[in-house]
Amino acid sequence: MKYIYYPGCSLKSTGKLYEESLLAVFDALGIEYEELKDWNCCGATAYMAVDEKKAFVLAARNIALAEQQFKDEEEVNIVAPCSACYMILLKTQKFLEDNPEDMAVIKAALKESGLDYKAKAKIRHPIDVFINDIGEQEIAKRITKPLKGIRVASYYGCQTVRPYSTFDDQRNPVTMDKLFKAAGAEVVDWTMKTRCCGASLTGTIQEVALPLSYIILHEAKKRRADVVTTACSLCQFNLECYQTNIDKKFKTDTKIDVIYFTQLLGLALGLEPKKLGINRLFAKPENLFRIMEGGKPVYV
Amino acid sequence: MDKKSVFAESFALDNAAKDIVEIRRRIKYESELDKSFRDKIAKSAHGEKLYGCIQCGTCSAACPVSHYMDYTPRKIIQMVREGFKEEVLTSSTVWLCASCYACTVECPKGIKITDVMYALKRESILGNYYPKKSPASILANNFFNQVLNNGRNSEGPLLVKMYLKTNPFMLFKNMALGFKLWIRGRISLKTERIKDKKALKKLLQSVEDKSIYKAEVNSPALKEASAV
Ligand code: SF4
Ligand code: SF4
Ligand code: SF4
Ligand code: SF4
Repeated sequence: MKYIYYPGCSLKSTGKLYEESLLAVFDALGIEYEELKDWNCCGATAYMAVDEKKAFVLAARNIALAEQQFKDEEEVNIVAPCSACYMILLKTQKFLEDNPEDMAVIKAALKESGLDYKAKAKIRHPIDVFINDIGEQEIAKRITKPLKGIRVASYYGCQTVRPYSTFDDQRNPVTMDKLFKAAGAEVVDWTMKTRCCGASLTGTIQEVALPLSYIILHEAKKRRADVVTTACSLCQFNLECYQTNIDKKFKTDTKIDVIYFTQLLGLALGLEPKKLGINRLFAKPENLFRIMEGGKPVYV
Repeated sequence: MDKKSVFAESFALDNAAKDIVEIRRRIKYESELDKSFRDKIAKSAHGEKLYGCIQCGTCSAACPVSHYMDYTPRKIIQMVREGFKEEVLTSSTVWLCASCYACTVECPKGIKITDVMYALKRESILGNYYPKKSPASILANNFFNQVLNNGRNSEGPLLVKMYLKTNPFMLFKNMALGFKLWIRGRISLKTERIKDKKALKKLLQSVEDKSIYKAEVNSPALKEASAV
């Protein structure tokens, strides 16, 4: 099966390393994909706050474009790695399904620009693809550098499982943990898996946002995690790039490696760090590399 | 003490207190409430379920930022129902909501609280109630304009604009962060665009023309945006 890859804005900028590692892992696992042509922003949180109808149109255009691009394929599976994009695309589908009047308006408008919204595309998160289409066993077979002795704290964030839980439990998701178990890691059982990191408040109202990220990092360290893995561009950004700000504000030491789950999976698959965008992280994940080589962590 | 002097004393106290704190009337008369507000918000958030809130407070408990809000989510729902329009639309709650959906999935009455918050954000912008210097509302507005005009969001220019409009000092404070991103190829000041910008604009316009419900726009920022 072939997938349509919807990058969204963030995987082309701050989340570039997410894109690089995701596509490298896709290649390594033999997953075929095509990028959606002339995609536009999904509408996202900020758009929804100003004009909801237009937010839905933006998302619907992407879905219609995908359906057009894959008109000869049996199924249209859109992979949306950014949690916000993923959720908005799902939300749009649900909304149009429940509101036939709006569906008619949006369909007619799309028709005028030569697009046909058929409402048959499936919106998929990469974790979902790895677990349900490829499977843990298959992935376990391809692991060449097992993550032995590494304690992984999987962080799912909000919108991967909320408000829709299409492939995992809403309160205690486990799919990412399963992937890392398959890759030979030790997974940390913790309660922060879906706790909000502060989202775009880190850019707007830091007094409120930083404590949220702080709680997550602090808890990960308390549970003796070596690395926190994320599945959303904003989560990764907040949890990694604000560590120094957090430490200054709370007079603490939250230093811990925070990387994309696709980067860690890629390393276990034996891919080159550079191919996985590791060089684009703020700090080299020193602990992770040391433990992978059988050594001891430098910062605890 | 006769009646008159008691009155005079409390009056004097009021005046003295006035110098220290601004005394605001905390109650509202029935006639001051906007009873249509509830229906408007329910419609905009696609949920009459809002009428059935049992004030259990589960939403406030689930909310990771409720302790920073001037009114917790539970209070906001009740105030919407009662018609406290101004208080709600000028509250910090609306712009502190991070859209994490924790409240929505826990509400025992199936009320989509996050969508209510979105509806309030929109109302606050449309009715020109939003705090003009608040980065959260500015960000939402700028984001909207950028996507309207280019089809994509460019994080670099978006943030620079937001800081310039709200708190230029923040721009300096965040410059180090921006630089770190830039040398790692994770941000650029280039504006991203889709190829078919015109078609997208037409599409958005056409939906607006076709919509039955047209919002009344009081916000100068938004008027300016749709004019370009
Ligand atoms: S959710 Fe964010 S990253 Fe995704 S397309 Fe929308 S704005 Fe871009
Ligand atoms: S955890 Fe933060 S960035 Fe991630 S989905 Fe939630 S709010 Fe968004
Ligand atoms: S959780 Fe639902 S029912 Fe309970 S107070 Fe909040 S909105 Fe009302
Ligand atoms: S969606 Fe908003 S109101 Fe609801 S829990 Fe999250 S931050 Fe609080």
